[in-house]
Amino acid sequence: MSDKRQPAGKRNGKAEWDLRLYVAGQSRRSLIALSNLKRLCDEHLPGEYHIEVIDLLQNPQLAAGDQILAIPTLVRKLPTPIKKIIGDLSDAERTLVGLDLRPRKEQPA
Amino acid sequence: MARSRDSQAPSNASGSRGRSARRTLEKCPTGIRGFDELTGGGLPRGRPSLVCGGPGCGKTLFALEFLVRGAVEHGEPGVFVSFEERPEDLQRNVASLGFDLAALSAEKRLVVDHVRVEPSEIEETGDYDLEGLFIRLGYAIDSIGARRVVLDTVESLFSGLGNMTILRAEIRRLFNWLKDRGVTAVITGERGEGALTRQGLEEYVSDCVILLDNRVAGEITTRRLRIVKYRGSTHEMNECPFLIEDAGFSIMPITSAGLNHTASYERVTSGIERLDTMLGGEGYYRGSSILVSGGAGTGKSTIAAHFAGATCRRGERCLYFAFEESQSQILRNMRSVGLDLMPFVKRGLLQFHAARPTFYGLEMHLAVIHRLVLQFDPSVVIVDPMTNLMQVAASARETMTMLIRLIDFLKTRGTTAFFTSLTSAGSASETSDSGVSSLTDTWLLVRNIEAGGERNRALYVLKSRGMAHSNRVREFILTSDGVKLVDVYTGPGGVLTGSARVNQEAADASAAAAQRDEFDERERGALRRHAALEAQIAALRVEIDDAESTLKRARSLELTRQKKANAVQKELATRRGSDGGEPTPARARKRNGSEERT
Repeated sequence: MSDKRQPAGKRNGKAEWDLRLYVAGQSRRSLIALSNLKRLCDEHLPGEYHIEVIDLLQNPQLAAGDQILAIPTLVRKLPTPIKKIIGDLSDAERTLVGLDLRPRKEQPA
Repeated sequence: MARSRDSQAPSNASGSRGRSARRTLEKCPTGIRGFDELTGGGLPRGRPSLVCGGPGCGKTLFALEFLVRGAVEHGEPGVFVSFEERPEDLQRNVASLGFDLAALSAEKRLVVDHVRVEPSEIEETGDYDLEGLFIRLGYAIDSIGARRVVLDTVESLFSGLGNMTILRAEIRRLFNWLKDRGVTAVITGERGEGALTRQGLEEYVSDCVILLDNRVAGEITTRRLRIVKYRGSTHEMNECPFLIEDAGFSIMPITSAGLNHTASYERVTSGIERLDTMLGGEGYYRGSSILVSGGAGTGKSTIAAHFAGATCRRGERCLYFAFEESQSQILRNMRSVGLDLMPFVKRGLLQFHAARPTFYGLEMHLAVIHRLVLQFDPSVVIVDPMTNLMQVAASARETMTMLIRLIDFLKTRGTTAFFTSLTSAGSASETSDSGVSSLTDTWLLVRNIEAGGERNRALYVLKSRGMAHSNRVREFILTSDGVKLVDVYTGPGGVLTGSARVNQEAADASAAAAQRDEFDERERGALRRHAALEAQIAALRVEIDDAESTLKRARSLELTRQKKANAVQKELATRRGSDGGEPTPARARKRNGSEERT
């Protein structure tokens, strides 16, 4: 699993944000999700995060652990509590709400 | 079933997954008791089936039993995807049914995967699909080579995920994917308002839809199953009651057999010697149905117990359903009439099943009977009394259909069915049972005859199909040595039983004795007269003899005299010189001479 890590930010510093992105192969949707995620993190959490991309086509046994159904799914392992954000993260506002980086204004429909 | 088996060969040969429309439908036996008979072989193989129903109707259990039986009995490993219950809970819930999920999982025959959807944890941020679920499922299937899959309840996804368009498309894709994988799948769905399922899953599952129902009537709950749809297969259309019990599901087909059972010529003893005599000398037919009706305390159970005893004595098994008494009570009571059934219970030949009729509904009772009969495989089944079952029936029609099913079921198995029926006091016993009696082959009636300050039991054979049975009434007596059937007294005084019969018999005996004495006297008189006449005859004969001997003597004297006379004449003739050639004048002279002498 460790070789799958793609440190994006400080390698040995205080990476408080531990994010996992579950994808299935190199689909267009997965690539969009990853680039969206990177952009948002660089914008809001510079140097405080690292992202682990897990390809379920290669490691299907990992899907059960984080209860993954939807692809792509972003899991915020740290800080707790665990949060799950599904979709290609194209809705930046909701992604930030989902990551607790922005207060929830209204109940999403 | 035969059809599906035929179709198996070409499907294996071609190596395809059974998607050809031309081929007859191959079926996958579920192993759920009654269900495979109902559907003619099970669920459609390699296709998803929908099992829907309200809460607590047994969907999960149905699905789980399908998997467990598949793994244990048919060598088909299975994957259980639980969207609701946690595997630990599931395991605990079904442990009481004898399913050991942990052991099956350890043996790689079963995988339980818990898919949890927590809406509060999930934020949707754009386009997605459920490839994760597909990957998990595919992984689970591949890990044990599963042939069966259960999704319980896939509708939970709708409460966890918000995008209906994606969900619907993905669920459709999921069902197609299951079909492509060639697994036989059961998908459960919660029953919705005005539709089979809340999310309209029935739209996606087009092959087989099964509806489970849980209905309360008269404070008694009955579970029912109906096959709403089964494409490409004939199936039972009616609702069938089912049972969830210690050993899982048990479904009873409504029209199980019809009238195509083969009748046995073999006879079995009733356990009461005189009753056998009444029934053409040999007892009941094996595999027939026997009804004993009668009022309270007429000894119906005793007749039943004697039959049970006779069955066990032959080394056959007997299943006794007691709806009035407990096992020990029956055993004790039968000892009092000299019938000890305990050894048969100990040898495992006799099994009692005692339950209060109100314990559950009629259908449930019959489902229990069904299940126990299949388990115990008895040659005789006794239901005592059957009428108590009717108390819990909602309608008379329901009673009839259930009994028809029970009798047909037992007949097709060749099991002899023995029912007792309690007729209410006052009502004509012939009419109260008429519905049931037409279903039975032999109908005995035990009736209390009240006369002379006593109640006595009388037994009739009202009918017995296919045998020359007695039309006589027999008095039925319970003694400490068992049941005795005695000829009743039928005479000018009417039909008498009990002490009246005994009295009458004694009176008859003394009258007969008196008559015998009188006859003897007359006979003696006749003999005497005969002897007197004989003596008279003898005396007359002596007289005749006397007369004859006197006559003989007279004749010989006369002869001597004639000889002498002749001699004298001859001498005279010689002296006169005659030639003696004139006999006539001599004779005439002789006569004259004799006249002269007298």
